[in-house]
Amino acid sequence: MKKSTMFGLLMLVVRRDLILAMRRRADVLTTLIFFVMVVSLFPLGVGPEMAMLRKMAPGVLWVAALLSSMLSLGRLFSADYLDGTLEQMMLAPQSLSMLVLGKMAAHWVVSGFPLVLMAPVLGLQFDMTGEALVVLIIGLLLGTPILSMVGAIGAALTLGLRGGGVLLSLLVLPLCIPVLIFATGAVDAVTSGLNITAHLSLLGAFFVMALVFTPWVTAQALRISME
Amino acid sequence: MAINWFKYAAPATFYGLAGKLIPWLAVASAMLFAIGLYIGFAVAPVDAQQGEFYRIIFIHVPASILSMFLYMIMAGYAALGLIFNTRLSAMMASAIAPTGALFAFISLWTGALWGKPMWGVWWLWDARMTSELILLFLYLGFIALHASIDDPRRADRASALLAIVGSVNVPIIYFSVKWWNTLHQGSTIKFTGSSMHIAMQQAMFTMMAACWLYAMAVVFARVRTIILERERNTTWVGELSEVKQ
Amino acid sequence: MLEVRKLACSRGDHRLFSELSFTLDSGQIMQVQGANGSGKTSLLRSLCGFLMPDEGEIIWRGENIRELDEEYYAEMMYLGHLNAIKDELSGLENLRISAGLSGVELTEKEAMDALRRMGLKGREMLPTKVLSQGQRRRVALARMLVNDAKLWILDEPLAALDVGAVALIQQLIAEHLARQGMVIFTTHQPLIVDGIDVLNLNLS
Repeated sequence: MKKSTMFGLLMLVVRRDLILAMRRRADVLTTLIFFVMVVSLFPLGVGPEMAMLRKMAPGVLWVAALLSSMLSLGRLFSADYLDGTLEQMMLAPQSLSMLVLGKMAAHWVVSGFPLVLMAPVLGLQFDMTGEALVVLIIGLLLGTPILSMVGAIGAALTLGLRGGGVLLSLLVLPLCIPVLIFATGAVDAVTSGLNITAHLSLLGAFFVMALVFTPWVTAQALRISME
Repeated sequence: MAINWFKYAAPATFYGLAGKLIPWLAVASAMLFAIGLYIGFAVAPVDAQQGEFYRIIFIHVPASILSMFLYMIMAGYAALGLIFNTRLSAMMASAIAPTGALFAFISLWTGALWGKPMWGVWWLWDARMTSELILLFLYLGFIALHASIDDPRRADRASALLAIVGSVNVPIIYFSVKWWNTLHQGSTIKFTGSSMHIAMQQAMFTMMAACWLYAMAVVFARVRTIILERERNTTWVGELSEVKQ
Repeated sequence: MLEVRKLACSRGDHRLFSELSFTLDSGQIMQVQGANGSGKTSLLRSLCGFLMPDEGEIIWRGENIRELDEEYYAEMMYLGHLNAIKDELSGLENLRISAGLSGVELTEKEAMDALRRMGLKGREMLPTKVLSQGQRRRVALARMLVNDAKLWILDEPLAALDVGAVALIQQLIAEHLARQGMVIFTTHQPLIVDGIDVLNLNLS
């Protein structure tokens, strides 16, 4: 028997959540299919005019990404809450924030990263240019982890409540507006030939801020919800 | 002169104090509303550019300012309640939320009413209007979270945490929306502030004071109800004359 | 070691208990008794730090558990009503993960041995969803074999277990007490530990 370190515990949580996600692949796939479907519905709703679609593409992709991450966030803590694992996590001899960070990371790998991989294909459907696609991907890479991290606060606060999923969206979506603005703004900037460093650095700053504060806030929220 | 402020932090003491203050606040608020509306409609001159329409700012501006201040005050009370575990602070936070949401709504509504004659559209994606809309969403989130948790203590603490996270985010949201607005060359609603007539200023400040007093009166009344509900099993509530009847 | 001072807990408007004080020292075992709804689980959850008591404090080695936080958690183990095991994972994976969360890294062999001693030989690699209720409980209880916590807090450890498993649990508790460990538990079944007096705490 060996004592585990803080990093060891973090990796344990990440590995565990990834194994669980692999064994429940359907959950991961439904989120991804939802994303693809929402994006594909927009041209049907607004018409197939390419110039307009090209202009709308980043916004459409981002709103769809926001919605599909809301879908998967409801499950972030609920299964562990129901079977008692969350109790054991709170009794771990390392800080709960670290375990929460592990769960956020696993959530992003499972539900955020597939969206990033899928986005270029969908971007082509909207006739986005090569450089616009690259900026979109960078924006998604920086932005989707923030959705997982900020969303975790909402998931922790709504733990075990009736109608938790809808409530979660109501709490989290307004908080994600800055990410939406700057990530889509970066794509707009590059298509109109402007500098994108300001947008991306701000997204990066949001990412760092979320990384520093959200695990601790989420841990507090979990303690409140477990009482 | 040593006043024991903590005495008023006990729900039982505050209940009595608030009960005494509410009539004064309400009467003062009503009088100021009457004076403010009189100055606003009768004394203040017609604006050179905007005609009579500008008069809606006498309610629009106080409502916008109050909606933002109330959110900060609410978050402040929420933080106090969470850190020091004081019951009254949490009750104050949940009592402020509906009034704040109401002012945010009034601000959006009057903004739209002003926009139609001035710009020809009910809604403009102007930075301030958009931020106000998001602020309304934040209020609604707070109220919805509080309402969906049955256990009052968890409800207080969970929504307090949400209010604090929200208050950290409000400046970021405001800044991003402003950036977004300039980026898309949107038009910004501007009131002709520089040439504000003295009577306009008087009307504005009177209405502002009236709104503050109204907010205090309503919040105190709501807090009294919450106190009664939460403390219904205590002896001091049982001894109140209005409960005994 | 563990000292509870004037503890009061309530659920909603209902006061479960108040002015509750007791101490527990090394090598002692205490059974919490009381009718359904008398606050047994709430007391245990307060001892875990999940519930914030209305009044009073819980002291471990002279310090409040709220201040000790992770230091306290390193020395205690809690087994609740819920098994904290995942249906999709095998008994082996479940045990290694739950031990890992409590700060102990198990090799595969250590985990195998523990599961076999719990009577799960041949079922270590099966996903726990195919196990019976009692077998799943055994997977959860296998953590009693692979930890070095001083204080065990056990909420209904004997529920869903057969006679053989009950005897095994009693033996494990006796071994733990012999190592100067401490146990607080609730149960609706008789739990006999040879040669040791069980302290009683009645909440009703």
